[in-house]
Amino acid sequence: MNKKLTKVLATSIAAVALTSTLAACGKGSASSNEGSGEIALWTHNAGNPDELAAVQKIVDSYNGSQDKVKIKVQAFPQDSYNDSVVSAAAAGNLPCIVDIDGPNVPNWAWAGYLAPLELDTDLSKHLPSTVAEWDGQPYAVGYYDVALAMMARASDLEAAGVRVATMEQPWTKEEFQDALTKLKALGKWEHPLDLGTAGTGEWLPYAYSPFLQSFGGDLVNRDGFQSAEGALNGDEAVEWANWFRDLADQGFMARKSGKDSTQDFLNNKSAIVYTGSWAADKAQAALGDDLVVMPPVDLGEGPKIGGASWQWGVTSGCSNTEAAMDYLSYSLKPENIAAVAKATGAIPASEEAAAQTPSFAEGGANRIFMDFSREYAVMRPETPAYPFIATEYGKAVQDILNGADPKSTLDSAVKAIDANIKSNGGYKN
Amino acid sequence: MATAHLPTRPRVPAAAEAAIPPSNIRGNARRRPGFRRDQLTGWGMIAPAAVLLLAFIFIPAILGFGLAFTNARLISPRPVEFVGVDNFARLFTDPTFYRALLNVAYFTVVIVPVQSGLALVMALLINKKFRGVNFFRTVYFLPVVTSMVVVSLLWLFMYRKDGLVNEILSAVSFGLIDGPDWLGDPNTAMPAIIILSIWQAAGFHMIIWLAGLQGISGELYEAAQLDGTSRWQQFRYVTWPGLFHTRSLVLVTITIQALGLFDQISVMTQGGPMDSTTTIIYEAVQSGYRQQETSYASAISLVFFVLVLIVSAVQRYLTREKD
Repeated sequence: MNKKLTKVLATSIAAVALTSTLAACGKGSASSNEGSGEIALWTHNAGNPDELAAVQKIVDSYNGSQDKVKIKVQAFPQDSYNDSVVSAAAAGNLPCIVDIDGPNVPNWAWAGYLAPLELDTDLSKHLPSTVAEWDGQPYAVGYYDVALAMMARASDLEAAGVRVATMEQPWTKEEFQDALTKLKALGKWEHPLDLGTAGTGEWLPYAYSPFLQSFGGDLVNRDGFQSAEGALNGDEAVEWANWFRDLADQGFMARKSGKDSTQDFLNNKSAIVYTGSWAADKAQAALGDDLVVMPPVDLGEGPKIGGASWQWGVTSGCSNTEAAMDYLSYSLKPENIAAVAKATGAIPASEEAAAQTPSFAEGGANRIFMDFSREYAVMRPETPAYPFIATEYGKAVQDILNGADPKSTLDSAVKAIDANIKSNGGYKN
Repeated sequence: MATAHLPTRPRVPAAAEAAIPPSNIRGNARRRPGFRRDQLTGWGMIAPAAVLLLAFIFIPAILGFGLAFTNARLISPRPVEFVGVDNFARLFTDPTFYRALLNVAYFTVVIVPVQSGLALVMALLINKKFRGVNFFRTVYFLPVVTSMVVVSLLWLFMYRKDGLVNEILSAVSFGLIDGPDWLGDPNTAMPAIIILSIWQAAGFHMIIWLAGLQGISGELYEAAQLDGTSRWQQFRYVTWPGLFHTRSLVLVTITIQALGLFDQISVMTQGGPMDSTTTIIYEAVQSGYRQQETSYASAISLVFFVLVLIVSAVQRYLTREKD
């Protein structure tokens, strides 16, 4: 037959074959590794070299300790991590071990992407906020938690005649108002307070729902998690919204803070910064004894902070669940937890690990964060509806800050949340 | 009269068109040798592109249309159910959706004339022969080859309260103008995004205009000059009619591009402040990914598809060749 035709046909067949193998590759890549005794582990740490190195070290030591399986670390940038994992889940492409932001665990467990943990480790000794449970079973466990706090310079507070807040006696709402007025009157800062209002995504519910809870409101009614009515749009919630917006209206804080609140604080652009334990080491190094770490304001129901940070889970599609669980148990040894805590400056998950981490041991400089975590941590609602609630709440916070009417903004958030819960059959099993 | 339209491009003589059919008829009656082979070659050549288009454009699009009438979610253990027009009912009662429509309309109505006009002016300026013209062509085109995400990140810093834009405003006005927080104020956020978008994309349409301008025969200008026309008359009666086809192309591409506004929003404002910059595509991505409501996102996409279709159809109708 003629050569030309054969050539053309061959080329097009090759092209078709190529595209279909590409598609097939995409489908099979995650699972194909596991046959050869290799287990994939995904983490959000690509932009955080210290923590990634610490995780890699645990993996290396585990790989060296036995020769049955090999764990392979794959790191993603945090901003796109959740989206990547959810898309991978929808495509049936999840690796064996995944890193998950604590509040998302119930959603993933409900969707059937996570397997309940069966570990040799005694999780009851861990900080409660580092173990994510759903439906009575643990689904993810973290090496650490982080705690929010207010940091300031002792010298500034003294100059303004404001007392240092302590765990025994946190600032009340009135004291806080008074402190900000006095600090502003010093004229040193355009905005004495920095609550990190430039933050987006999960920062919004993580940072600001504790204030709402301290007022007595909440993101959703925790009794059954079927509706946000009354919790997110009740009198307490409206009071919270007004208080929050007033902070900006009175010029105490910017509607949109700088990109890096901690750095702005260290550059003396603000007097009080609301940030997490992760910033403590940096602030400590820069300010030394002048730095004071204070609990968040008591707005009625006592100071509150968000509980749960990044945690580890095993996916239900994993072909070698036993090995994955074995790795997790291994990684939760106190020395491993301590190593991660040292690298990240985060609160180690267990008392044993804390004892091996100088700054978190009894009397250590960062011990106070561990106390905050034990005393004040409120878990974000443990319901599969959380990712939805978080986006609605985040949007409401931004709108309120920009001048939207608190009551109607919260009402429409409640309406959207309730509709979502209803359309998912109440997120029941 | 001088106003008589000059033929814009050599029209295919009617005789040439008429000459083709007879040969076809003869070909159909007794096919020339190798006809089948040519046919096969043609299909073979189309195949790779067709397979890719089918797999990545048409099938997902059709699936999306179907999903819009179900309650499918990105991840969920619940079976997918057919829910009729529930998603659309919800969409059409959602104030955010109307706000998004309004924002997109605002964006498009400003972008289409301003960006295409600016691009035409730029094209006219560099459609001259002088030293260094290539330098200007490159400079005007540079933003286009830069990714929109990178451009958005840079402008994000420039638009800050203490950013470059406000510093310049303050410097040239001797401190009189204290610029706003451009992206943080509902009144200035969209205009700020419009300016950035024009700056980024105008170069691309400049190149299209330029191609159109260079397609106009120099003889026409010579003839016009002999008739003693002014610069403006040359533009009005030679250049403008000569750009007829380019005009339709630029109009349609800018419109579709403007309606699909997303990158800048996602990077710079996330739809805020107070929904003042949210767009249809942004809402679709937001509900499809962050809120995991695949079906609702599909419904938004379907509505968007219909809107784009209507707008392009109207444009095609308005810019048709009226003979």
